[in-house]
This record gives sequence, structure tokens and C-alpha cells, in this order.
Amino acid sequence: MAPPAEVLAVRGLSKSFPGVRALDDVDLTLHAGEVHALIGENGAGKSTLIKLLTGVYRPDAGEITFQGSKVSFATPLEAQKAGISTIYQEVNLIPLLSVARNLFLGREPRNRFGVLDIARMNREAEKTLRGYGVRVDVRRPLRTLGVGAQQMVALARAVATDARIVIMDEPTSSLEPREVETLFSVIRRLRDAGIAVVYVSHRLDELYAVCGTVTVLRDGRRVHHGSLADLDRLALVSTMLGRDLGEVREEGLTKFTGDHEATDTQPVLDARELTVPHKLHEVSLSIRPGEVVGLGGLLGSGRTETAKAISGALPVRSGRVTVAGVPLRGGSAPAAIRAGVSLLPEDRKSEGIVPGLSVRENIALAVLPRLSRFGLVSEARVDSVVDTFIKRLRIKASSPHQKVGELSGGNQQKVLLARWLAMNPKVLLLDEPTRGIDVGAKAEVQKLVDELAADGLGVLLISSDLEELIEGSDRVVVLKDGAVVGELTGDDVTEDKLMRTIAGDAQVEHLAKEVATDG
Amino acid sequence: MTVTKADASVTTANNEPTGETEPVGSARSERLSALIQQHGALAVLVLVSLVASFSFDSFATGDNVSNMATSSAFLAIVALGMTFVIITGGIDLSVGSLFALGGVLAAWGSRHGTLVALLLPLAVCGLIGVVNGLLVARSRLAPFIVTLAAMLGARGLLLAITDEGADTFLIGKGSFLAELGQGTTLGLGNPVWITLALFVAGAVVLRRTRFGQHVYAVGGNEDAAALMGAPVARTKILVYTLSGLLAGLAGALNAAWLASGVTILGNGMELEAISAVVIGGTLLTGGLGYVSGSLVGVLLLKVIQNVINQIGSLDSSYQQVVSGAFLAVVVIAQTWLGRRRQLM
Repeated sequence: MAPPAEVLAVRGLSKSFPGVRALDDVDLTLHAGEVHALIGENGAGKSTLIKLLTGVYRPDAGEITFQGSKVSFATPLEAQKAGISTIYQEVNLIPLLSVARNLFLGREPRNRFGVLDIARMNREAEKTLRGYGVRVDVRRPLRTLGVGAQQMVALARAVATDARIVIMDEPTSSLEPREVETLFSVIRRLRDAGIAVVYVSHRLDELYAVCGTVTVLRDGRRVHHGSLADLDRLALVSTMLGRDLGEVREEGLTKFTGDHEATDTQPVLDARELTVPHKLHEVSLSIRPGEVVGLGGLLGSGRTETAKAISGALPVRSGRVTVAGVPLRGGSAPAAIRAGVSLLPEDRKSEGIVPGLSVRENIALAVLPRLSRFGLVSEARVDSVVDTFIKRLRIKASSPHQKVGELSGGNQQKVLLARWLAMNPKVLLLDEPTRGIDVGAKAEVQKLVDELAADGLGVLLISSDLEELIEGSDRVVVLKDGAVVGELTGDDVTEDKLMRTIAGDAQVEHLAKEVATDG
Repeated sequence: MTVTKADASVTTANNEPTGETEPVGSARSERLSALIQQHGALAVLVLVSLVASFSFDSFATGDNVSNMATSSAFLAIVALGMTFVIITGGIDLSVGSLFALGGVLAAWGSRHGTLVALLLPLAVCGLIGVVNGLLVARSRLAPFIVTLAAMLGARGLLLAITDEGADTFLIGKGSFLAELGQGTTLGLGNPVWITLALFVAGAVVLRRTRFGQHVYAVGGNEDAAALMGAPVARTKILVYTLSGLLAGLAGALNAAWLASGVTILGNGMELEAISAVVIGGTLLTGGLGYVSGSLVGVLLLKVIQNVINQIGSLDSSYQQVVSGAFLAVVVIAQTWLGRRRQLM
């Protein structure tokens, strides 16, 4: 049997954005009937690659050969017409239009007067969707369907437009298990029909269930490609994270001193069975005063969601949070702040600092109501609070009146930290506190985290930097697909154990436990 | 409202159970909400008309009905174009000015023959609509600002043509144009028939052509529409052009009916048209709407005005108070229904 035809060949694709080389000399080959896993951590270049393939971005260098000829798509529409369809994480259809009209938008059957043949459209839509396990009244508005069924309509639409390649960007992030099964059977059918599928997901189970080949990206470069069966889970995770197995734990690279100790008191924060539909499943964790608890897991495993759920920024369906023994009424960020829970969000640009305001104003923002009487702010008290924190956090600004937008990333992060510390919190939730700041500032922030824990704060640390997570945390709670899959304590807090837990290699974990108990 | 409820149960009973997917909310209450949103205005119109015809002997007379129909026709034509614009998620504030401009241009042009009298307003108002569309679609300016500028500009142009409103152009008696505006067919004024024809055509275009699908798609989710291959910019340009053309046509027909181009007409007409469209069940946020609803909305506004006129003791200024209050109630109800259906 002749090998299946090559549908897509990408050679030396590169793309830079100001200050970042997002994609660096990447190759990718797809054959007809191939289901290809594209994986990588945040910033690895997956979405840049997809956007280059679908005409959203233009490459700086390299070429894309599609079905034997060189192509350069100017718009997503062009790519789609040529036969590269994309299904996005969020359904990109028109919610108010009927299911059938969505399915046929732009290629509706018409009679000879150019008037739409609605009856035929509905009939064909019904028939097509039955093939995807969706049995609905196609005249109903799309939005009355469940998310899974909507995703199927998007898929049916993508395939119906004579696609040769279907790119699925985390298609299962909002699907129920049963719907995932249907999706898989559709993918297998596409494969059998000779359509190449690029499957992006962080759920390892799914990758192994449906993909044959894999490309791993890291820091914009292709670090591995080949058959997925040849790469076990542990190897996959370590390739993705860029850590060698059994790599000796290096000391002293981070500024964590670890000279703080959890006091043997009641936990200052106790979260029990937090559940958010599609995002978190019964996540429990507790933090004692003076303790830094790390939250480990891959991108999309629910780390940020856990922090947001605890801080009331994300409504939970069930579960409860107790702060210093007092139950927190769920779903309310102000209540969480009053109870002493402060969240330093992942994206400080959009969720944190106000760049146009001064350092002083940014620090005082949250604490302002406490420094005012009858709605009038006491300037003297603001000054004293601001001065204290600028000194304590070693914020480098020309004056308290400098605009925060003019500061470096590290100092912006410190200003944010100061804002929440001014509230005198009991628990600090730090989501990627050192992302995007330079090495020196990183060390400063890490040192601060230590100091704060030594002062008796409970700290939850989320970091994609394994080193930072391992060295900064007293304990690490590991998440996978929105659920807790393990907890590392004491000597088990190592990169090796963390990766094994993430990979979910039950046997390895079991062995590790045995060794641990033997020792 | 009892009418709608009865309809709802019939619809529910006739439909098959709907497969394995879970609809958002219960299908029954969803359908009921949808029905009220789509036909609520019609129910109120029927109710108000019934009450009025029992209360006032002069309401349900042939003359009064014919008058109401004719005076509704011009606003209805403007509202038809506005419906398209609002479904795309836009707004057109220039239609009141274009209505007046169209009327004056028609009256001025009638001295050069009927063809000029009809084509001139269409050409000028259509062109202003094209410019509106280009600015909204290509330059990505806010429709509110673009059409506000067009509204002021067109009003200025109008004053320039008429020498600050000092010149009034008349339309000769017995001309084809005058016949078009003033004549009657089967007891109803010609503008009424033209309006009905336009609404039938509008409904077919909106529901049964690709362009119509694109109008809904652009208003429903612009980014998705673009990814699905809908020509977003072209669709927007077309709806503003259509709105301009219809406003100009309505102005021309109105001038023909009045036998002269009156410069002070059309003030606030854009708001009346928007009110009618919203009352008719079209979402101001776009993506959902019906031309039939807009027609009902216009009729409802006019019937309420007429009823207030019938109550001789009520100052006609209160018409606007009542219209405003009514609009507020409708928008509140629409928002409530929309939230119920999770449209917003």
C-alpha cells in the first residue's frame, strides 16, 4: 500500500512579535488521514502556528505547501476556502440564527430566483447532523442547544466545506464526557475519510486516545515530532516542560530561602470540593499560616480557576471556602477581600494595574475605603501606607507620583502586591507572580514571597516555572483536568515527582509511594 | 396576552421532542418568551384598536382608518430600512434629515419631470447612505457618530437648497407624482400599497436570501460571521444604503402626498423609527428582528397618537409623553424577555 499523500508541508516557519520570537524555524508535515497532536505549554507557539496556517498571521520566513502547491493565505476565509478549517475553543457561530441557517450560512441551497430553499436546507441539515449524533429541531436557534451540540454543528460545518485539514483548538474544553466520545468517533470518521486533523489539547488521555502522531513545541521551536505511541506520558510531559527525567535538583537558582515554617495551627484557608462546571471538579486544598502551597499542573488544568474560585472571582456550583475558620459566602469577590483573601491575577495588565494612575494611587486603590471617613480620603494616612510599602517591597520609582505604566514589569508586580498587602490579608493567592519580569526582579519577588510567608501569611503560589514552584513551595497540590491528582509534601517536592504526578502514570506513582514508605 | 398563550401551547404540542441535547432553560418557556417578543406588539395593537373602536365612534370609520394608514406609510418605509440596520447591530440617525431632504429634492425635481422627481432623492439619499456605510464598515467608526454627522450634514444641505427654508417647492396637481402620493386604489392611499409591497419584499429579502442571512449573522456575532465567510463590510454598506434609499423614497412620497417639499419635516423621525423597530421586537443589540414587527410598531405608535387625539380633552403634547412611556415599558419588557432567553 502506498503511503498516504502529504497534505501539508510546513518548512522553516518563523514569526516574531516585538520582543518575542513566537515561532522559530518550525517544520510540520501532515498526511491524509493523520490525527496529529500539537502540544506545548503557554507561549510555546501553538496558537501562533495555527494562526499562520489559517491566514490570521503572515509568516516572517518559511513556506507552507498545501496539497502540493505553495500557499499564502491573506485571511481565514481564504484558508477555509482552500480546505483548512478551524474549530475554536469557543464556538464561533451565530447564536441567534437557527441551527440549519448556521450550518449553511454562505452556501444555502437556493431556487432559481435566488430565494433560499428553506425546506431543503432544514432537511439536509437534519440529515447531516444525525451523522454527528445530534438529533435536534434544526429550526431552533443555535443557542438553545447544549455547548457540545453547538460544537458538533461547528464541526459539521467545518467538514462540510470540503476541508482537507481540520484544526481543532482545545475542542473538548467545554464538553461533557459523553460528548467527547461523540467527538472522537467523528474524528475517527474524518481520519478514515482521508482528512488530516490537528488536535490541540492539554488533556493527555485524549491525546493518547485519538492521536497517532505528535509535534511538541517549546519556546517557539519544535522539540519533538513523531509517533505518539513511541512517546510515553512521562516523556511527553518532560519534553513539553523541557526538563530531563531524573535531572538533579539544582539548588540556589531561585531566591527562595525556605526559612519559614508552617505553624501547627488551624489552616488559614480551607477550600473544600470546589466545583465549577467544565473547569473544576471537587478541588480541595488548605493552607496554614506561614505556609507556601504550590499549585502544579499543565496549562488548562485549572490552576488559575482554582485561585479565582477561592477569591470569589469565579462563581462555583458547589463547595465552600473557609478563611481562618469563618465560612466565606461563595461567588463574591468583595466578601473574599473583606475576609482577607487577596488574589494577584495572572494577567496584571488587564486585571490588575491601572497604568495611567500613579504608584501612590495604584497602591491605595483597594484600601481607600478603609482610609476614608465619610467618603473623604485622609491624604496623610494614604501617604504613610504608600511609603511603608514602597520601602518594604523595595519598589523602584522616581517618586510615588510616577505613573505605574512607566515602571518595569517587576516593579509593576510589586505595586500590585503592595495594593493587596495594604489590605492586610491573611491569604495571598499569587497567579504567576514572576511571569514576564526580568531575572533580577524575579529574584526580588521570590524573596518577598518568602518574607511574607515568614510573617505568617498563607500563600498559594501558581507558577509554570517548575523550579520556582518546587523551590518556593512547602507543599505542592497537583491538578489535572480540573481535579486534584496528587499532593507532594516534604522530600517528595521534586520536579521529577511533579512531572510523574502530572503525567498520571499510576504505576510510577505507586512505585514511588512504596519507595517512600520503605525509606 | 391570552392570544399569545394559546398560540404557544399549540406550537409546543405540534413540535417533536427535541433529541438528546439539553436546551437552555425549558423549551416551553423559551418558546413563550420568543412568541411574546415577536408578537407581543401585535397583541397590544389588536387590544388597543378594539378598545378604541368601542370607546370612540369615530375611530373605526373608513376615513379614520384610511388616514391612519396613509400617515403611517411614510414612517413605516423609514422603519423598514432601520430594521435592517438595527439587525446588523447598527443605528441610523440620519433618516429624519434624509426624509426631509428627499421630500424637498422630489418637489424641486418635479419641475423637471416625474423621473427626475423620483430618481433625484433616491440618488442623493442613497449616496449619503453609501457614505454612512463606508464609514461604518471600512473606517470602523461608530454608527451613532457617523449617522449623527450625516443627520446634521443633510439638514444643512437641505437649508442650503431651500435658501434657509425660504423657498418652498410645489408639486403640480395632476402630475404622475401627485397621483402617486394622493391617489387611492381600492379605498386605500397609493403610499399604503407601496409600503405594503416594500414590506413584503423586505420580508423575503431578510428571511429568504443570502444577503438577509448575512444581515442576521453580522448582528448576531460579527467575528464569527467573518470567519464563516460572510461579507461583513459589504453587508453593512448595503444596509446603510438601503436605509438611505428608503428614507429618501419615503420623503419623496410624503412630498407627493402633501404636494410640496416641506423643510421642517422629519425632525425626530429617526427616533420614532427606532422606537417602532424596537417595539416590533427587534433587538437593539442586533441579530434578531422582524420587518413585520416594525410595521406593527409603526401602526401601534400611530394608533396611540390617534386615540389621544380622539380624547379631545387631552392636550396633544401628552401624545409624546404617552409614546415615551410606552416605549420605556416595551424596552423594559424586551430586556426582561431577552434576559430570560439569555440573549443579552
